[in-house]
Amino acid sequence: MADALDAAACTTWVREFARLVHEQRDALTQLDAAIGDADHGSNLDRGLTAAVSALDAASPASPAAVLAMVATTLIRTVGGASGPLYGTFFLRAAGALDGGDRAALAAALRAGLDGVASRGKAAPGDKTMLDALSPACDALDEALAQGRPLDEALRAAAEAAARGRDATVPMVARKGRASYLGERSAGHQDPGATSAALLVEAAATALAGRG
Amino acid sequence: MKKFINDPADVVADALRGLAAAHPDLRVQHEDRVVLRRDAPVHGKVGLVSGGGSGHEPMHAGFVGLGMLDAACAGEVFTSPVPDQVVAATRGVDGGAGVLHIVKNYTGDVMNFEMAAELVAAESDTEVVAVVTDDDVAVQNSLYTAGRRGVGVTVLVEKLAGAAAEEGRPLSEVAEIARRVSGNGRSMGVALTSCTVPAAGRPTFDLPEDEMEVGIGIHGEPGRRRVPLAPAREIAEMLVEPVLADLDFTGGDGVIAFVNGMGGTPQLELYLMYAEVVAVLEKAGIGIARNLVGDYMTSLEMAGCSVTLLKADDELLRLWDAPVRTPALRWGT
Repeated sequence: MADALDAAACTTWVREFARLVHEQRDALTQLDAAIGDADHGSNLDRGLTAAVSALDAASPASPAAVLAMVATTLIRTVGGASGPLYGTFFLRAAGALDGGDRAALAAALRAGLDGVASRGKAAPGDKTMLDALSPACDALDEALAQGRPLDEALRAAAEAAARGRDATVPMVARKGRASYLGERSAGHQDPGATSAALLVEAAATALAGRG
Repeated sequence: MKKFINDPADVVADALRGLAAAHPDLRVQHEDRVVLRRDAPVHGKVGLVSGGGSGHEPMHAGFVGLGMLDAACAGEVFTSPVPDQVVAATRGVDGGAGVLHIVKNYTGDVMNFEMAAELVAAESDTEVVAVVTDDDVAVQNSLYTAGRRGVGVTVLVEKLAGAAAEEGRPLSEVAEIARRVSGNGRSMGVALTSCTVPAAGRPTFDLPEDEMEVGIGIHGEPGRRRVPLAPAREIAEMLVEPVLADLDFTGGDGVIAFVNGMGGTPQLELYLMYAEVVAVLEKAGIGIARNLVGDYMTSLEMAGCSVTLLKADDELLRLWDAPVRTPALRWGT
């Protein structure tokens, strides 16, 4: 059985995330136009395109180095709130990645989630990225604890992230620019939760078949 | 929406080339998208750095120069700059007396400036103090939001703290002035139209001909509430009353009154609005010590305006009158 996470697998994950964001770029920007400032899709697309180029150029040898390179590229190129938040996610995940097995992957994702929460001073229910990432980490941990294979566990995580994303629709935003709308932010799907669900979806696709 | 664009991805870089060509007093580091005073770093002077998303011109690059900012970082349109830019600006203005970061309270700006300050602290012994502006009274409940937004008062902070730094005051005093201005200023804005982010290509929100958004920020984000369009007199009341309700402006040395255009409102209408603001303040018994009317902190081509009132005192008025020489604000020299 291959390790869940080696440098190649990590790169495939990031590449798939970049592909999904590029494909959904306009949709993400439209969601952001409703309750934010209409730049989420274009900013994240720009940052992930740069991250993929950086990985192509440098081919980091370890999974942690891949994630760290993605982190610094996002922090350097994205700006806004999503640059520091996604950058912190990958940076903390890289720092926590100890080994390449399934438990290490789950711990890294959890560390990334905690990083986003502390950098953004947000909690689940605030209508943010966390509303997709938090249930995804919970579902992943639970599935792995039940001894289910990684494929299934990541699929469960992706589904939990999608449900979490959908659950942001009726929420009133408490963080970020959408919070300024108060009650008027209800009725709109959160763009950050939407892109975060793509991140988990990308992991499920890219790491399929790795035990 | 028709715009002067070569490629939407190049808008900021192309505009900075023009800024550099138009203003030989400035030095533009195109790689970093940082605009500095040509004579930066000024030895022994506190350096002032601000920055934010582009699309708010003349803020911030238009306020770089003698008596105001030492450097400005230009982010993508409506997107805060990245930490590397702020680090480069901080290094570029460090004249040995420390650096003041002036940050508008928007989630992205605060996070990127925080990360930059951490990087500067890790790499050097440059002292950095950040002052966050949050003057927007449209945001009432800071418990359930990211806090009040930094809007019009930011321009006044940059002018007044900039004048204090130019006098050679130490970082602690310059920061104190910046906090005093931010703490004693309040703003409220209104949009008559939305605006179009170049990369998005269509208006951020739809606003019918007969309606307006009250309580907007500066990023084309929708406001607090949408109401029918009203005569200017009533709009001025809608803007000034919540400002007066939030802070006691009576007594003392009057106010600095700032009517700011959002980019798409002609001067004719801004002066008309200023006349209405003067009338509202007269009725409230508040004297105007100084004023500023014009496009200083815009949202691309949005039609609309904001009103900022700053409670003045002798020192602030003296700093206000001190010489300033920047592309957008220039007097006394």
